[in-house]
Amino acid sequence: MSEGKSQHNFMTLQFAAKSENESFARVAVAAFISQLDPTMDELSDLKTVVSEAVTNCIIHGYDSNPEGIVKIEASIDGDIITLCIEDDGRGIEDLEMAKQPLYTSKPELERSGMGFTIMENFMDEFEVVSQPGSGTSIKMKKRIESKKALYN
Amino acid sequence: MNLHVDMEHHRHVLIVRLSGELDHHTADSVRLQLDEAIQRRQTEHLVLSLKDLEFMDSSGLGVILGRYKFIKQKGGKMAVCDVKPQVYRLLEMSGLFKIMPIYENEGTALSGLEVVS
Ligand SMILES: Nc1ncnc2c1ncn2[C@@H]1O[C@H](COP(=O)(O)OP(=O)(O)OP(=O)(O)O)[C@@H](O)[C@H]1O
Ligand SMILES: [Mg+2]
Repeated sequence: MSEGKSQHNFMTLQFAAKSENESFARVAVAAFISQLDPTMDELSDLKTVVSEAVTNCIIHGYDSNPEGIVKIEASIDGDIITLCIEDDGRGIEDLEMAKQPLYTSKPELERSGMGFTIMENFMDEFEVVSQPGSGTSIKMKKRIESKKALYN
Repeated sequence: MNLHVDMEHHRHVLIVRLSGELDHHTADSVRLQLDEAIQRRQTEHLVLSLKDLEFMDSSGLGVILGRYKFIKQKGGKMAVCDVKPQVYRLLEMSGLFKIMPIYENEGTALSGLEVVS
């Protein structure tokens, strides 16, 4: 069928909370998004935010327990990409504090406390929903400009 | 592993060339290799040469900031050079250039560090 501007598409992924799956997650999302013909900058922004969110699920959500499961849902609506990345881990007690630049609960692991700030900066929309004891879900959206230019 | 570390000593300066992807998965090994090299040789200053670093996230920021603290505590200086645009944006966003200089290449980084030392 022919390509349409309002075409909807999605994919979901589930994988073990292991650090070796971080690069897999970046590459899988990048491959899915490539149908929107993003620029190199857009692609690297998206890979970076996927890496941030997935790493947070593994380190913070599951305290590096590989039995945890990380879920990613990516969807495309026209030129908008939506990413939902979640874990069923420990959750976040104080969301306002967690979102502060440079705040980290794990300084002993040499974390810089920049993950949420990076996600917020690289995406157009960014939202965290977390329930202490049952998990965290990050929802982010970005408009892919290159495709928009193509429609003109 | 998708990250390679290449090291070279120039008198008291350790030049570290990272290629590949620096994320949470590869960060631990980079951290260990750098700390070992800094301790084993008489390293005063550190230059991170990032020409072939294709990807980096906040795990990489943690590695850079950790080495900065280590080198600074030993009285040395640290610089980065030859940074790709994606990595540059991340370093800039994190405020890294407020604490260490960035140079175009290893040559200018080496002479820059020698001037300040
Ligand atoms: N999925 C999650 N589950 C539980 N807590 C989380 C999760 N994601 C983030 N947090 C909490 O929010 C804090 C801030 O997250 P952020 O990604 O900004 O920084 P960080 O992961 O600590 O450091 P960096 O991302 O720079 O390595 C974390 O230290 C942690 O306490
Ligand atoms: Mg993080």
